[in-house]
Parts: sequence; C-alpha cells; structure tokens
Amino acid sequence: MADQRAKSMLLDIRNLRIEATVFPPGEAPKNIVLVHDVSLTLEKGKVLGLIGESGAGKSTIGLASMGYGRGGVRITGGEVMLNGRDILKGGKEGFRKLRGREVCYVAQSAAAAFNPAHRLMDQVVEATLLHGTATRAAAEKRAIALFKKLSLPNPESIGERFPHQVSGGQLQRVMTAMALCSEPDLIVFDEPTTALDVTTQIDVLAAIKDAIRDTHVAALYITHDLAVVAQVSDEIMVLRHGRLVEWGGTRQIIKEPRQEYTNALVSVHEIEHQEQKPGTTPFLSVKNITAAYGRSHIKVLKNVSVDIYPGQTLAVVGESGSGKSTLARAITGLLPPEEGTVTFDGRPLANRLADRPKEDLRQLQMIYQMADVAMNPRQTVGTIIGRPLEFYFGLRGRQRDARVAELLDKIEMGKGFIDRYPAELSGGQKQRVCIARSLAAKPKLIICDEVTSALDPLVANGILKLLLELQKEENVAYLFITHDLATVKSIADSIAVMYRGEVVRYGAKSQVLAPPFDAYTDLLLSSVPEMEIGWLEKAIKGRRMASAGN
Amino acid sequence: MSSPIVKLVAQRIALGILLLLAVSVLIFAGTQILPGDVAQAILGQSATPESLANLREQLGLNDPALIRYFRWLGGVVTGDLGSAMSSGQDIATSIKGRLWNTLFLAFWAAVVAVPLAIILGLIAVRYRNGWVDKLISGLALASTSFPEFFIGYVLVYFFAVKYQIFPGISTVYDGMPFGERMQAIMLPAAALTLVVLAHMMRMTRAAILNVMQSAYVETAELKGLSAFAVIRRHAFPNAIAPIINVVMLNLAYLIVGVVVVEVIFVYPGMGQYLVDHVTKRDVPVVQAVGLIFAAVYISLNIIADIAAIVANPRLRHPK
Repeated sequence: MADQRAKSMLLDIRNLRIEATVFPPGEAPKNIVLVHDVSLTLEKGKVLGLIGESGAGKSTIGLASMGYGRGGVRITGGEVMLNGRDILKGGKEGFRKLRGREVCYVAQSAAAAFNPAHRLMDQVVEATLLHGTATRAAAEKRAIALFKKLSLPNPESIGERFPHQVSGGQLQRVMTAMALCSEPDLIVFDEPTTALDVTTQIDVLAAIKDAIRDTHVAALYITHDLAVVAQVSDEIMVLRHGRLVEWGGTRQIIKEPRQEYTNALVSVHEIEHQEQKPGTTPFLSVKNITAAYGRSHIKVLKNVSVDIYPGQTLAVVGESGSGKSTLARAITGLLPPEEGTVTFDGRPLANRLADRPKEDLRQLQMIYQMADVAMNPRQTVGTIIGRPLEFYFGLRGRQRDARVAELLDKIEMGKGFIDRYPAELSGGQKQRVCIARSLAAKPKLIICDEVTSALDPLVANGILKLLLELQKEENVAYLFITHDLATVKSIADSIAVMYRGEVVRYGAKSQVLAPPFDAYTDLLLSSVPEMEIGWLEKAIKGRRMASAGN
Repeated sequence: MSSPIVKLVAQRIALGILLLLAVSVLIFAGTQILPGDVAQAILGQSATPESLANLREQLGLNDPALIRYFRWLGGVVTGDLGSAMSSGQDIATSIKGRLWNTLFLAFWAAVVAVPLAIILGLIAVRYRNGWVDKLISGLALASTSFPEFFIGYVLVYFFAVKYQIFPGISTVYDGMPFGERMQAIMLPAAALTLVVLAHMMRMTRAAILNVMQSAYVETAELKGLSAFAVIRRHAFPNAIAPIINVVMLNLAYLIVGVVVVEVIFVYPGMGQYLVDHVTKRDVPVVQAVGLIFAAVYISLNIIADIAAIVANPRLRHPK
C-alpha cells in the first residue's frame, strides 16, 4: 500500500524531523527541533503552498526536499521519498546528483542569489551542463525559450548581461528560468515575490504561474502571504512552529478554514479604523519640498506638499524608490531640503537637524523598519526607554523607572521586561519597545517608516492595533510610511500616494481610495493580491484591457 | 573599456604620483633633521674650518633647503641620484645591479609563494574547521611567528651546514649562469616564501569564507556543484579584490622588507646596500634607496587598487 502510494507521488515526505544546534550568547549550545514529524505528498505537476510565519519551518522543509540544511540544520528523522526513492539514503554524492537536476530552487532574493561575477546565461545553464543533460547550445536555446515564456525583455540577449544590469523583478524571472532550464520534476519556490514591489510582484507571479502550467513541473511554493499562495497553489499546507496546522485544497483553506490559526491568517487584514475628518489647522505642514542626495542633480523629492493634523494618521504609500523615506528624512532634518519649508505649530522648522532646538527634536520621533538594529544590543529595555526620559525631561532614579514601567504597560509588555536585552525579545516585542521609546518623548508626531514590513502578518496586526489605541490615548499623529496598501486601509485618515518623488494623489482616505483613479494609483490598487481564487487572472486581464484602451 | 574605469584608474595613478612626491619631501626633510653634517662626515673630525667651509660651498650645502630639495628632485627625475659620499661612486650605476638582484630574488620567491598561498587558502576553505584546515593554518602561523633571521639560520643549518645541498652564502655576480644563480638564491627565496606565505594564505581563506556566506554560494550548492567547484567558480572570483590587495602588500614586502634576509645570506641586493650605507652615514644613498623603496611600495599598491577596480563587474560593465 505504502509502496503504491510512493510510486504515484513525486514527493512523499514521511515524519520529517529537522533539528539544529543554536549558540545563544552566554549560554551553552543547545539543540532545537525546527520541524516536528511533518508528512506531505505532492503529485507530479501539482503545486503545494507552504504557508506560515517566520520560524514555521517552511523553508527548512522546502530545502529538505533537496537534502539541504542551512548552517547547522540537520535532518534527524523521517524519509524524503523523491521519484520513489529515499534521497536521505543517497549520501553527499546522491544529493549532488538530484540538486539542479530533479529538484531546483528559486530563492527569495534573486538579486543576492545570482553571482555578481558571471553573466546570467552562464549561471542559467550551469546546472544543465553540470549534469550533462544537454549540450551548451541546446541548453542556451532552451534558456532563451524560457526567457521568452517568462516575458523577459530582449530574450535573445538578456543572458549576456550581468546581474547588476537587470532589475529585481527581471532577475526573479531569470532565476525561475534557471530553475526550469534543467527540466526538473520539482521546483522549490522560496518566497519568490516577497522582496518585490507590489506592482512588480503581480507580473512575476503571473509569469511563474504560466511557466508552471506549461512545463508541468511540480512545485513547493513557500510564502507567508496567503493571498499570493492562493493564486498559484492546488493545495495549501499551514505550518506553525514546525508543526502541521492544516492541509487542504486551496478553496477549503481560504473559504472554510478548520483551524483557528488558519482562520486568523485568513482574516488578518480586517482591522477597522473609522476615518477622522481633518481638523481646522494642521500642526505640521510640508510645503513644496524638493530634495536631492549629495551633489547629484537627481531630485528624490519634487515639489512635495502634505499636511498632518493633530492625532491623525497620514499614510504615505508607494513602491521602493518613490521617495517615501526621503520625505521622512526631510521632515526630521536628516536631509535638509533644497527648496520648500516645513512648518510646525505655525512657525518654520530649521532645515538642518543640528539647527533645531531640543524641544523641536522632542516633538518629532521616529520608529524604523528594523527594530533590532535601531536598538543598542548592549542596553537593557529599561535603559533604552529611559534614555529619552533623561534627555528631554531630566527624569532620574525612581521617577524615571516609574515612567518606564508605565510605558511598558502601555505597549502591553509589563515591567518584567525592564532588565531584558533586545536579543531576548521577539520581533514584535522589539518593535513595541521602539514604540515605547518614541512615546517616552511625548511627541506630537511619530514617523513610522515601514514599521510592520519586517514582521509576520499576525504580529504586524498586533502592532497596528497598538498604534491605533495609543493614538486615541495620547493624541499623537503618525506619518505612516509603507508599501503595503492593506496596512494603509486599516490605519490611515489621509493618504499620499508617491511615485518617482512626486505626490500623485493626496487626500482623505475615502477620497483617495474611491474612483476615478489616476493611472498609477489604479495600478497600485489593482496589484494588491486578494484572497480569492482567480484574482490573478482577473487582475492581469483587467490590466491588459486598460493598456489596450490607452 | 568604459569611462568610469578609465577615470578611476587615472585618479589612482595621479594620487600615487602625489603620494610619491610627499614621500620625497619626507625623506629629504628626514635626512636634513638627522644630526651631523655631510661635509664633516666626509672630511672627518680633523678637518680645518676653512676646508669645511670650502666643501660646503662646493656641495651647495649653504643654499636654502628648498633649493637643495628641488635640485635633488630634479636629479632623481632625470635619473641622476648623485654620488655616494663614502666611495664617490655614482649611485644610479651601483643601484642598478643591486635592484636587479633584489627583483630577481623577490620574483622567484613570489612565483612560489603566491600560487602556493592561494591554493593552500582554497584547500583550507574546502576543508574548513577540519583537521586539514587546522594543520595548514597552524603551520602557516608558526612560520610567520618565527622571525625571518631565525628561519634563515635554521635553513642555513640544515641545508647548507648539515646536508650541504645549497650554499649558505648567496654570492651572485654578473654573467653568472642561470642555474647557478638559482641555486644560490634557493635558501633566501625559501626563507622569504615562508615569511609571506601565511599572511597571504590566511587572508585568502578569510576573503573566500566571507563570500561563502552569500546567497549565490547557496544557489551554487543547490545546483549540485561539488564543494571545490563552488569555491573555485563562485566564491573565488568575488574574493579576488581583497586577495590581490594582500598579495601586492606581500610583494612589496618581498622587495622592500628583504633587508634582514639579504644580510643573513650576504646577498648583494638593495637591502644589504642600504644597511651598509646607513652604517656609513651615507645620506645620498639612503635617500635614493628610500625613494626607490617608496616608489615600489606605492606602485604595487596602485596595481592592487587598479586590479580591484577592474575585477569589479559593476565597474567593468556599467548599466
């Protein structure tokens, strides 16, 4: 019975157990279990989506199907049956024979996964030539055909380029072509669109989906984004802490989740925030700001004007390179603008950070994307939060500690964390400490620069809820910078859409998100994956019609 | 070749020339500050004040320092390094043969040391943290830790005294047959190789290990490449810039830092020439040799810089 099952299945993982040795600072090395007895099967030509938060073990399982473990990761139990044989019994030589031939890998960041020293074509055909399945000429011909299929520009000559000469979205497609080139039975896609802008993601996603369909290759599609995986998978497996939560058909998982955790993932974006009407006068006004880095004449900000009202949230949304973070740097004085003014409480703010009085510094605080690098790893939580209390208010000793405890309560962590170090906190907790640190200054405005982008969806949700609650309690305004439109919908009162350094659309949330749209906002909105089967095809079709109409 | 590379390379060369000028000022100033007087040194303690004054006039020592500096620099640029005080010989002529000897020794030491260091580095990475790696690192460390005179004398003891395979004194002369010359430099070349090997090997290992953390190395492993092919094809080309840098530093050392080894083996090169004339307080020779050493050092480092620029695909193939 088991043997028969094995024969019809391409991949049959049974009771897989994966362990790793970790070296916590100041402690003895210890063994942790990353994957607890997970079993899965995958038929030829089918796509299984593996979904979960970071630490769920999805990449670890994906790599295990190639017999690979990152760092000190070891497969310590179970069987990985591929094409009817247990690859774990093949030894090093066996792994080398199947990698790049039977199973190929598409990494999250193609920009990092391509060798900067070699031309793309040499890397694309490398595995095929290594395993001797085709001559160089045949392999290159196949690669060019794949470039065409993945709608890469100049398919005949793009292989002559070096990785740095090609954009991120294109590299991701070249990497897919590289995986398909040796005609494998299985491809492991490890978050292949996560590092891309949402407007680029949709095209890459469509290209990957078409390529999978046309080549009949099977795939493990790993992602944390349920809406994305719903577009490409036949089945979805939900993982958490290295254990199986739920496994079922795509429709069942997103429409009728049986487990509470799956349900939480499905309904993750449902924060409701009633838009507030803008007050009479903004307390911070950005007027016609133009800025450039260094002595370059390329303007990163062109004539940008926005207003922020007390206790409200202005969301600035746009893709990478649109100037969102530069706007924050101009407001805080880190990058003095070349033209334009920032008015605060009716008076102009000094352009340069160094020229601003302490009181102005106190009123504008920042929270960053990477909470762990925004904190001194050698300071305790108490010291980190206490520092602005000393600096701005001169609080010392017991008074300071009392206020730190109060702030820790506000961020729902409690004073038990006072003596902890950042390394002992989870990603979400670290971001909460950064929020407490900015609140400690009692600012009027907190600039949040992609503060939830590095967090898992459920954790990010918790942070957003906390920010909204704190806004009510403290009447603090947010300038919320993000590339994620779903986040914008749940938190903003007004929205500024930025594109190539300009504000292309600006106004109250309800206005900005209501038609008629300008072309860019339309593109942005229609690119956000929805948790609905068939969304991708509809979106692509809509886009083609729009471009045909132009 | 494209314009950013040409521009960067031109910048490096201009900087190198500027640096060399600055060094010439330092060398000149340094020898001026040293106590003692050239005329006094030439004529000795018993010289009469009149003869001293005459000689000073004759040597132009009464001119301001700035004029003397430019006179010296002008000579250097036109190939006239002046004449040695102690012997009265033309410095340029005596240096020519010695510089050639030093370069000959350095060249053969480099021919052995550089490939050996890089190959050992690659092997150490391939078997990293295993016993092969530890053995290579240990031996290399040991050989650098011993001072070069110690290594030199150990080599002399075994290969010249005990087994008498190679000469303990590396005498070379003009018109010496190539084979004999090679035999003569065998021991100093071996000593130099042992001194520079470890540094290059350890830097090669570190540079490649650094690259081994990259995502593209994982990609290569997941294509099924063997461990050594991954290192050679994917890690090494990206580690080339730091490796060239350390190789050039060591080549410079082979030419500039050979003083001790040349003295031990009585090899008629630049180092020995320098030491001889330092003891004789022969300022013009010390100046000339110092300047040549500086020029060698700076040129090799410029070459390293240029090689690192050219090795960068982003500069070689701009968008």
